[in-house]
Amino acid sequence: MKLGLVRGAVVATVKTPAMDGMKLLVVQPLNTAQEPDGDVVVAADAVFQAGRGDLVYFVASREAAEAMEPQFVPVDHAIVGIVDAVDIPT
Amino acid sequence: MKVGRVIGTVTSTVNHEFFDGRRLLVCDLVDRGRTTNDYLICVDRVGAGVGETVVILDEGTSARQMFAIETGPIRSVVVGIVDDIHEQETGTEPPPL
Repeated sequence: MKLGLVRGAVVATVKTPAMDGMKLLVVQPLNTAQEPDGDVVVAADAVFQAGRGDLVYFVASREAAEAMEPQFVPVDHAIVGIVDAVDIPT
Repeated sequence: MKVGRVIGTVTSTVNHEFFDGRRLLVCDLVDRGRTTNDYLICVDRVGAGVGETVVILDEGTSARQMFAIETGPIRSVVVGIVDDIHEQETGTEPPPL
């Protein structure tokens, strides 16, 4: 899993039926210093409460589909937690 | 599996139910004793703490078997605490026999 910052939402009316009702968010992956790290991805929101400005952690690849209900959906990134705190002692 | 170093923890209240009560560790990945620019947030399975060098399983099916679940968004798990790593620097191997 990686840290990410939710930058916005994606709205798609026409989509494959397995994605109906799915909330899609634009996520900027972050490094451990919480600086942007890599390309922005579109992630499904598996906690249903994430929104713009939230620091989240997300899974990629097959595990993203495992986060959704049902598990056989066409997603490759999913937000699985909203971060309360990252504690990295210096 | 991968070698990492635990540098911190992540806490969350709103999360996928699999992560309820799970301890999440931020681990820098390590190559030949040095931390790289890459990292993983892992579920702790061995009680590792900040500063420790660890072995990280990074494969979903094995991870789900470890937690005895058929489905779940889990892939990276800290599965061991490293005591020592013996490896030779590239280029210092003894000549072939």
